[in-house]
Amino acid sequence: MPEIKKIATRESYGKALAELGAKYDNLVVLDADLAGATKTDTFMKVFPERHIDCGIAEANMTGIGAGLAAAGKVPFISTFAMFAAGRSFEQVRNSIGYPHLNVKIGATHAGISVGEDGASHQCNEDIALMRVIPGMTVINPSDDIEAKAAVEAAYHHEGPVYLRFGRLAVPVINDNPDYKFELGKGIVLREGKDLTIIATGLEVYESLVAAEKLAAEGIEARVINIHTIKPLDEELIIKAAKETGKIVTVEEHSVIGGLGSAVCDCLAANVPTKVLKIGINDVFGESGPAKELLAKYGLDAEGIYKKIKDFLA
Amino acid sequence: MEKLELQKMANEIRKGIVTAVYNAKSGHPGGSLSAADIFTYLYFKEMNIDPKNPKKEDRDRFVLSKGHVAPGLYSTLANRGFFPVEDLKTLRHVGSYLQGHPDMKHIPGVDMSSGSLGQGLSVAVGMALSAKMDNKSYRVYALTGDGELQEGQIWEAAMFAGHRKLDNLVVIVDNNNLQIDGCISDVCSPYPIDKKFEAFNFHVINADANDFDSLEAAFKEARETKGMPSVIIAKSIKGKGVSFMQNKASWHGKAPNDEEYEIAMKELEKAGEELCQK
Repeated sequence: MPEIKKIATRESYGKALAELGAKYDNLVVLDADLAGATKTDTFMKVFPERHIDCGIAEANMTGIGAGLAAAGKVPFISTFAMFAAGRSFEQVRNSIGYPHLNVKIGATHAGISVGEDGASHQCNEDIALMRVIPGMTVINPSDDIEAKAAVEAAYHHEGPVYLRFGRLAVPVINDNPDYKFELGKGIVLREGKDLTIIATGLEVYESLVAAEKLAAEGIEARVINIHTIKPLDEELIIKAAKETGKIVTVEEHSVIGGLGSAVCDCLAANVPTKVLKIGINDVFGESGPAKELLAKYGLDAEGIYKKIKDFLA
Repeated sequence: MEKLELQKMANEIRKGIVTAVYNAKSGHPGGSLSAADIFTYLYFKEMNIDPKNPKKEDRDRFVLSKGHVAPGLYSTLANRGFFPVEDLKTLRHVGSYLQGHPDMKHIPGVDMSSGSLGQGLSVAVGMALSAKMDNKSYRVYALTGDGELQEGQIWEAAMFAGHRKLDNLVVIVDNNNLQIDGCISDVCSPYPIDKKFEAFNFHVINADANDFDSLEAAFKEARETKGMPSVIIAKSIKGKGVSFMQNKASWHGKAPNDEEYEIAMKELEKAGEELCQK
């Protein structure tokens, strides 16, 4: 693939908030002493009166978000995925999920690509945690364009939404006029008849590269971008299983409870299909540069390619 | 509503609490009864609310942070006209809208779902902050238990409320001194409660939770306090109004049996008759 522009989706989050803030007065942004890292400082510079720094108190921030939503605002609460989904799980469940309040959770620094901070900060469990909450929408955008579209869609969706963003700059892959973001709808990025790779987040790009390598050997892989993990585009996944047989899921998340599990739930009930789940294999991560970690844990294009070759053998 | 009328109403609300918990065969009568006068004062005197329009925009908000005393809130809302008093008998029954803990989606007059201790105050802070951001005049009231102060999130919320000078927020601590496992000071003391809230830049008001004169003075003082949130530390008697439940931790979360129900209701009816003769 030619050299393409790279942007971290957390940057896209900050920009999208600033743009939407200009259009919608009821949009407010909450942060927990990480405005520079979550990029909500982009919004803060333009709308300081609508940016609320709650300090290092994520559970309280989650509750304040619920209160603001109950009073008619559309709050985006922002912090690292580890604290948004992990530390504040029960607050998200009981103060936001159960009353189905209109709170958007912007979780940045998700996955192992957080890198050097190591296992304590590498949240590979958030999709599983958020997916299990009734009524929660879970979105994991793949690039800058999709991330911005997802933030706008989340604003317009009535109800709680979990948005997952990364720290690492990732290639822009949706830069085409046909691109359209629709909540709950997967996107076929590459046609193929031999197998289907279903990927999410930054793994969409890596999967596309892996599919090219396979194609060079005559193996045609369909590649589907699942940006909305809940609700899942079951129709598209069932169709792919029927047409291509073997399914491979790829996510920068634990293989337990994330995209792979969601796809398996769907296929087991509808069209039992052999599935290879590529992700973090029930281990904690470690410190290191993001790219090296993605390689070590088999989540770069090369790792995906190799695992698929073994799967097909 | 005058003091005698408030007392009569509180007595009716207590009857509703006992009836609801008895019919549910479970629930939390102790803390509901201790806070019955606080509920009565808030909904019949203090708060700007409209039972015919439960969601009216400029209404004052109430968050029951100690959500387990839902029978107290429900009985108050029913007696205030938000829904039929008869429905209190369906508390905790399958299919009933009266859930074991407050459910804002289905119960008219409930401003926030709650039940998991420590979470309600943060939500109340969010509501109060929203009013401030929009220059709205509504006020937000949050009722917490004294044992609930053991939850760390309470102090995160208090720190933020004090920092933001949310003078439209009133925290009421139902200080009945008991939690499930015994006296709060034996389990894990939250005392001194006043000094802690003071340290978080709250205006501290002490009150007697079971005396309407004291409550009136306290809420008036909170209303007049500018530039900081208020906390009313309301000394109360757990199980207040039912002799055998009073000051007994064991009545935190259990329902009366048939015989106990008869005794409790007779006591409350007698108290009501005495108030009528005043």
